[in-house]
Amino acid sequence: MAKSLFEKVWDAHIVRTLSSGETQLFIGTHLIHEVTSPQAFGMLRDMGLGVKIPHRTFATVDHIVPTNEFAEPFSDPLADAMIQELRKNCEEYDITFFDLDSGKQGVVHIVGPEQGITQPGTTIACGDSHTSTHGAFGAIAIGVGTSQVRNILATQTLALGKLKVRRINVIGQLAPGVYAKDVILHIIRVLGVNGGTGYAYEYAGEVLDNMTMEERMTVCNMSIEGGARCGYVNPDEKTFEYLKGRPYSPSGDEWNAAVEQWKSFASDPDCNYDDVVDIHASEIAPTVTWGINPGQGIAINENIPSVENAPADQKAGVEEALEFMKFEGGAPVKGIGIDVAFIGSCTNGRLSDLEEVAQYLPGKHVAECVQAIAVPGSQVVAAQAEQKGLDKIFKEAGFEWRGAGCSMCLAMNPDKLVGDQVCASSSNRNFKGRQGSPTGRTLLMSPLMVAAAAVSGKVADAREVFGVAER
Amino acid sequence: MALEKIKQVSGTAVQVAGDDIDTDRIIPARFMKCITFDGLGEFMFYDVRKHEDGTEKEHRLNDPRFAGASILISGNNFGCGSSREHAPQAIAKAGFIGIIAEGFAEIFFGNSTTLGLPCAVAAKEDIQAIAAAVEADPSLNVIIDVESQKIRFGDAEVTCYIRESAREGLTEGSWDPIAELLEGDAEIDATAKALSYV
Repeated sequence: MAKSLFEKVWDAHIVRTLSSGETQLFIGTHLIHEVTSPQAFGMLRDMGLGVKIPHRTFATVDHIVPTNEFAEPFSDPLADAMIQELRKNCEEYDITFFDLDSGKQGVVHIVGPEQGITQPGTTIACGDSHTSTHGAFGAIAIGVGTSQVRNILATQTLALGKLKVRRINVIGQLAPGVYAKDVILHIIRVLGVNGGTGYAYEYAGEVLDNMTMEERMTVCNMSIEGGARCGYVNPDEKTFEYLKGRPYSPSGDEWNAAVEQWKSFASDPDCNYDDVVDIHASEIAPTVTWGINPGQGIAINENIPSVENAPADQKAGVEEALEFMKFEGGAPVKGIGIDVAFIGSCTNGRLSDLEEVAQYLPGKHVAECVQAIAVPGSQVVAAQAEQKGLDKIFKEAGFEWRGAGCSMCLAMNPDKLVGDQVCASSSNRNFKGRQGSPTGRTLLMSPLMVAAAAVSGKVADAREVFGVAER
Repeated sequence: MALEKIKQVSGTAVQVAGDDIDTDRIIPARFMKCITFDGLGEFMFYDVRKHEDGTEKEHRLNDPRFAGASILISGNNFGCGSSREHAPQAIAKAGFIGIIAEGFAEIFFGNSTTLGLPCAVAAKEDIQAIAAAVEADPSLNVIIDVESQKIRFGDAEVTCYIRESAREGLTEGSWDPIAELLEGDAEIDATAKALSYV
């Protein structure tokens, strides 16, 4: 019978059926970080349990790491306690830890793929909702809570209910200046922030076929923002090309066998989906969020919705968002002044994100009233970018060039908004208080749109600011 | 590891109105710099309850009429966003033993169930009716009957929905699956052996 990738990977990892009716599913790859794992290790100790397969768990430190302070102990004693705890746990249980001195530390969802740990046909879990990122390689990759981190450490399995599969075809060609970030923000706008509840999203179509692996990661990363616990793209030659030669990728004779096996996991052409949605690339423009959830996005040339014109079931949400954001309904989003510009995060902190922006920066400078920071997603990304001289380009344009970490995406480190500052951000969440100030305001957009806002001092169309179409 | 069989939970209730209440709202990230879940209760809905200077906002969660409430009522897509278990941990540690909402985000629902915190889905109009009754009489006892999927308040009763696997786990005392997962050890080894990448 024809099957989707989700079904094939799921079936290959079934251990047994539990009394609740859920499946005990084997989790082949487990990623951990300092925020959601310490309590799990604590539970293991309380219960007298060990780690079942230590070599299938990989750790790094990302959320609490300062990006402008590299000496330990960190000035924040709470952050320092968290990194010490992770170090202790990894050492005690013999878990590989990409620590600060490894040259490989970074945001967990950037580290996994760049080390070749993330592979097609595998199951991947991490105590972090953006684990969906790893689906770009054709894996079932899900975010879990801390008790589930404990379950994986102790048994390498989870109790899970099977998801339905929605195929999302993105048809046609993206216009110049329209990026993977715009694609996913548009999908979430169309399907809603809870449209994916109960589903895995299979992203496909010409646009996904043409995307690089890093672009596919950006799309899969925000699946959870659409309510889908995981999202994936079927593996193809680009997937294999990306993985070839990476530290944890198969090598030698094992490589060809692995590729053959990986290919077999791709969805069969005639398989059944629980739902199919077509999205037309021609309808996707550079997109900016104006509200307090990632579904509240509009094209750069659109006006912010007003309470009066909103559908009945959205009026309360629009009103709450406008009040918090202090924006006027019906006004253009273009031209809104910004205070901070942030390029980075597991959504858009990869080398290609920095390269794309850097090619347009020479001759431009960050507006006087704006603090702009560029944060490579990992030490590997930082080293590659610096080798290409990107750090100099960013610094010359007035950006601060930082060390690797989650930085201002969620402000568990010194990078935070102050008061009701407005931030043009390449991250993934615009929730109230997300960037560290309870009244801080976040506008999500692609990295190049962040750069356009940074140099303009206000939300702007990157195509106009940088002459994107002419290139 | 025998767990309590949670067939129903009851108590007074309080509403946190609105859809898409995310886990950053439930527990802001700045309070997650910790290595245990102890003490998270006092930071539950911190920015919803307090101004930046620490003074209290006007909100039901600060209203003495609703002090001691143990059933939380909210809107659609409750618990969306981050997978942080800190969110249901904070809610539980603040004294709540059940949540009624129009819908729950996937990860939050699973995290809550694993803690023995029932999440009951109810229709919008029924939630409005419960909230109105609670508003009129904050001492009203609200019962989430997990087994029969009903919510009872005063003389009224409405239907709710709790996914079968969660209902089974709660009512049979297996809401934390760790014991059963550990029992599958031999099958786990067999599955691992068949996977070339493990």
